[in-house]
Formats: sequence, structure tokens, C-alpha cells
Amino acid sequence: MLGDQISTDQNATDRPWLNSDAEPLIRIRGVTKKFGEFVAVNNVDLDIHQGELFCLLGGSGCGKTTLLRMLAGFEVPTSGQILIDGNDMSDVPPYERPTNMMFQNYALFPHMSVEKNIAFGLQQDKLPKDEIEDRIHAILKLVELQDYKKRKPQQLSGGQRQRVALARALVKEPKLLLLDEPLGALDKKLREQTQFELANIQDQVGITFVVVTHDQEEAMTLSTRIAVMDKGEFIQIGSPTEIYEFPENRFVADFIGSANILEGQIVEDSADHVQVLTDIGELNIEHSQPVQKGAQVWVALRPEKIHLSAEAPSEPQPNQSKGIVEDIGYLGNSSIYKIRLESGRIIDVTAPNQIRPKSRSHGITWEDTVYLTWDPSSVMLLNK
Amino acid sequence: MSMETLPKQSGLIPDGIVSRILRQLQSGWRSIVIAVPFVWLFLFFLAPFFIVAKISLAELAISSPPFSKMIEWTDGTIMTIRVVFDNFAYIFDDPLYARTYINSLKISIISTFFCLLIGYPMAYGIVRSGPVAKRLLLFSIILPFWTSFLLRVYAWMGLLADQGTINGFLISMGIIDEPIRMLYTEFAVYIGIVYTYLPFMILPLYANMEKLDATLNEAAADLGSGPINTFFKITLPLTMPGIIAGSLLVFIPATGEYVIPDLLGGGNVQMIGRLLYNEFARNIDWPVACAVAIVLLMLLVLPMAIYQHYQGKASEGVTGE
Ligand SMILES: Nc1ncnc2c1ncn2[C@@H]1O[C@H](COP(=O)(O)OP(=O)(O)O)[C@@H](O)[C@H]1O
Ligand SMILES: [Mg+2]
Repeated sequence: MLGDQISTDQNATDRPWLNSDAEPLIRIRGVTKKFGEFVAVNNVDLDIHQGELFCLLGGSGCGKTTLLRMLAGFEVPTSGQILIDGNDMSDVPPYERPTNMMFQNYALFPHMSVEKNIAFGLQQDKLPKDEIEDRIHAILKLVELQDYKKRKPQQLSGGQRQRVALARALVKEPKLLLLDEPLGALDKKLREQTQFELANIQDQVGITFVVVTHDQEEAMTLSTRIAVMDKGEFIQIGSPTEIYEFPENRFVADFIGSANILEGQIVEDSADHVQVLTDIGELNIEHSQPVQKGAQVWVALRPEKIHLSAEAPSEPQPNQSKGIVEDIGYLGNSSIYKIRLESGRIIDVTAPNQIRPKSRSHGITWEDTVYLTWDPSSVMLLNK
Repeated sequence: MSMETLPKQSGLIPDGIVSRILRQLQSGWRSIVIAVPFVWLFLFFLAPFFIVAKISLAELAISSPPFSKMIEWTDGTIMTIRVVFDNFAYIFDDPLYARTYINSLKISIISTFFCLLIGYPMAYGIVRSGPVAKRLLLFSIILPFWTSFLLRVYAWMGLLADQGTINGFLISMGIIDEPIRMLYTEFAVYIGIVYTYLPFMILPLYANMEKLDATLNEAAADLGSGPINTFFKITLPLTMPGIIAGSLLVFIPATGEYVIPDLLGGGNVQMIGRLLYNEFARNIDWPVACAVAIVLLMLLVLPMAIYQHYQGKASEGVTGE
């Protein structure tokens, strides 16, 4: 009872998209963008709610930037409609939109100091001088650049420029902040560190963020929801967990994380599970939706969901297999094993290196015969 | 490179010798490469300048060349150096020269301004056009250089004359009864200078604008700045190095321009180039002509220094993205 109460409350605040009554901040309705004959964005629909940190995730050239630029007003949709806070944006130029953008290359004004770059947007709003100064002071503190306000952009490091760009966009307190690959130019370590900072800042200011990225790890770390894009279309929209654990189709299963994707045939369908025959054996999958017996389906099994053991399981179960270690990729914290099954198929398995090996020969090694087992709930049944 | 800096080698090691020769050749090449611009500057700028400066300090003489010697030897042992400042005094005394210098600067400044006014939007348009149109437009900017400059000025004479193309057209259309006097006026000189020097304004502006990041305009718009404000706050300051380079490339040669005021202005427009030519060729007064040239040079060194200053700034600032 109490548990139910809490979870619905959380749905209303943390996950506004589940609340059908809430008026979304952004409504994208059937938006298409063509460059000549080329369709960059194809008839997409999307609602984004106040306070979300929404990620557009997809490979290079899939239309993420184009969609973001339509929100900012730099591109005009070929057809469809964009509403921000209930207002139709069709005839609103970029400089009158309640949005701000952090550009992929930052687009800092090279002839202005950090301080003047940040002040630029506030001056356009004709704010009083004192308030401009106060806001600059506050935002520089937020991004920890107080000591750099007199510097020119070219006198800053990549990470500092990125923070100036963020500050310049944030200081206007827009309803919607658009970020195009905000961490793309940073090196790996700095990027990982900045991901959390960015999420923290978003949490503090409470502004809705739409972030474009091609980096799935970044999307997973940052966002409340992710839209996976391909060829100008949304493939799946959902929270990071939904996208990762419940991919709807092959593309998402393959694109997000890594997965062993197998083709199979449904041989039995009961109330809470289905039996699928694949070339790694018969799989017993927990699944509650009705499926057609005899249908060809795709299933996916994540490498880290497979348990690897040198000893044979005590009793034969449906979800298990046997193979030979073909290759090992040592990553430090974990290892990737390539296991060749009797059918000849190679299956990826990752296992954490929880115990420090006492010698080099310790543990599972090349050419060992190993047994794979997994939980029935771990196998994902995909559409298409 | 001197031999001593290389390690002494005993015996014949072919590798060592080969690399040593190569290294010496290389360092030789390096000094040659560095020397080229110095030799060039000396031969074609400094040496002529000193010769002109020397003549400007001489006196008119009936001899060949028509000026007095600066250094004379008596008995082969006593050296006399004669330097006179009369030529400069003459230029500063006669108000004709001051007026002509001022008129030259005025015409040059106004022409530069119009070149900028026309050239700036043109350069901007070229930068913003598609790749094919861009090449075509740039080509047509350079195209006039294929025809002789003199010929193009003569063509303007034909266009602007009382019985010329423009007046003929206007009269035949019934817009005017009497031809408008255009040739041999200051107006014609402005037309000629602006027409001739426009490419020198457009090309550096184009080069500057081409480097400009177009997303800066979007960033400004995104931050709430309308197009006009964006132009004055972002585009104009960032194209300032191009404006200054283009303006100096027009202003400096236009000030000393001789052909255009002579052909299009006739006797009615005095510019320093004509005066200099008259002193040199008609009056055969080389010392005064040289003094006129030196004063002109001094007038132009100032803008040159400004140019240098901004060049330095430009390379450290705007391009350092
Ligand atoms: N102005 C444009 N003219 C023509 N094609 C464009 C233009 N902008 C983007 N495209 C094309 O649209 C596609 C999507 O681009 P973009 O939205 O930038 O992709 P990304 O997902 O990498 O950000 C690309 O194939 C790109 O070549
Ligand atoms: Mg992009």
C-alpha cells in the first residue's frame, strides 16, 4: 500500500512523461526536415516535459543536430509543428525564442572576454547593469570560472571553453537549453567527470535540457530519457534502463551497449514464458506478451548477463550452453571472453575481475572448456 | 655553419662525411632562404629610397643627372659633403603643395570610404554564396586585371565624356537636354579610383570574412540579438582586420595616383602624383620631385604603421580559434 503511494508520487515528479495530464514543455508534432530530396528528419513526434534532461542519441548523420537546430529556430521544418510552452514556434526567429543553445564548437565570441561573452545575452534583454553583474558572478561561480573572467576564449583550455559556453547559455535562464555534443571536444577523463557536473548543474538550475550525443555512455549517465535515432527517425524513446534492458528491436539492442543477437523460432508459448529455438540451443524466455508460435524472432543476450564457469552445472537446464574460450580481452576491471559454441557461433561474455589473480595462469584461460548459464529473465525478445 | 662545431672524426667514415655535407648544404639553403627577402627589400625598397632621399637633399644643376653631387673630393684628399634643405623649404613655403597634399588625402580618404561601402557587402555576399557562385564571383572580381589598367581608364573617358555613352543615353531617353559635365571633374576622379581599387578592398575583406565562423552569428541570434545588432557587435569587430588591410591597400596607392587624376580629372583636379610628374618631367627639377616623394612617403608611413599594428593583432586574436 505505502509502496504504491510512494511510487506514484515519484512518477508524478521524477517522471513527468508518465503523467498524461501534465502539459509538456515541448511538443514536436510530425516534424520533417528535407534538404533538397534528402530527408534529414522524418516525421517525428515527441513531448518533452519541464525539468527533463532529454538525450537525442544516434550515430553520426542521423539528424540529431538538425532536430536541435529546428528547436532553436536555425532550421525551418519542411512540415510539422513545434510548440514550446504551448506557443507555436513556426514564425518565431531564433532571437525571440525562449531557448538557448550550446553549440558543438562552442561558438564563443573570440573578440570578447569570458565575462563579455556571458554578458552578451543579458545585454540583449536590456537588464540593469547591477543585475547583469550579479548574474555573471553567480554563473561563473556555478561553473567555477571566477578567476578567468578577463580571459579571451583562445586563452582557455577546451574544458574551460566548454564551461564558458554552458555559462553563456545558462545565464539567460531559458525555458529550454539545447546542447549539441556538449562534451564532444573533451578527452575521456574530463568528459566522464563533466557528465556528472552537467547533470548536477541541470538539477540545480531546474532548466529543461535537450542534449545531442552520439556517445551512448554519456546519454545513459546524463539523461532522464533517451530518444534513439536512426536515419532521421526515432527508434525507441525511454529511460536509460528501459532502453538498455528492454530494447524493442535489434537496432537498439545492438546500438546501446553490446549484445549477442540471435535469430530463432518460437516453439512454445505459455502464459509467462516462451521457448525459442536458436543455434545456441533452446532458450526459455520470460515474456508475458502473446507471440505467434512458429514465428521467426530475434533475441538478444547481454554479455554481462551470462555466467561463466569452468564446472558443468549440476543439472541440465534450458538456459545453458557449453563452449571453448577462443579469445580473452582483458580490460582491467573486467574481461571479455569470446566463447566458441559447439554450433560454431561465437558468444561474447563479460565477467568482472573481482578477485585479483595470484598468478598469470589463474582462472579461465584460452582453449578452456566453459559452461554458460543465464537467467530466463535476461534474454530479450526483440521485434523485427 | 663552421667546421669546428662538428665533432672531429678520425678516419674515413663515409656515412659521417655524407651527412656532414648534407648538413652543410642544408644550413646553406636555410641562410639563402632567409636572405632572399632581405636582398629583395634592400635592392627594391631601401636602396631606391636612399637614392631618392639623397637627390632630395641636392641642388638643381645643369648637368647630367640634373643635380649637384652630395660628396665631392678636392685634390683627392679633402672631402666635402653638401646637403641642402631648400627643396623641403620650398615645398613647405609654397601653399600649392600643401593644398595638393591635402586634396590628395581628401580624394584618397573619400574614395577609400566608398570602396569600403561597396566592397564590404560584396565581399560578404561572395562569402555567403554557394561554392560555384563563389568561384565565379571571385573570378569576375579579378577579371578586370586581365585588361590593361590604362585601357580601362580610357574606357571611362569614353563613358563620362560630354559626347560620351552616358550623356548620349540620357539625352536620347529625353531625361536631360544638355550633357552633364562629368569628365574632367573631381567626380570622374572618384569614379576612376573607386572602380580601379575596388578589388583591393574586396579581396582582403573576402579573405578575412571567409575565416569567420558562421555559427558566431547563430550564437548571437540565439542569445537574443537581432541581425543589425549582431552585425555591429560581432561581424564588424571581427572583420576589422580585413577592413583595415583593404582600406590601406586602397588608400596608399590612391594618394599617389597619377594616371587617373591626369586622364579623368584633366587640369581641374590637383593630386600630388601629377605635381610630382610635372616637377620631374616638365620642370626637370629632380631634387624638388624627390622631396615631394619623400614628404608623401612620410605621410603614408603613418597608416602603414597602423596597418602593421593591426596585422599583428589580427594574427594573435581573431584567427586563433
Ligand atoms: N544545411 C544542410 N544541407 C544539406 N544537408 C544537410 C544540412 N545539414 C545537415 N544535412 C544532412 O542531414 C543529415 C543529418 O545531419 P545532422 O543533423 O547534422 O546529423 P547528426 O546526427 O550527426 O547531428 C546529414 O546527412 C547531413 O549531411
Ligand atoms: Mg551533429
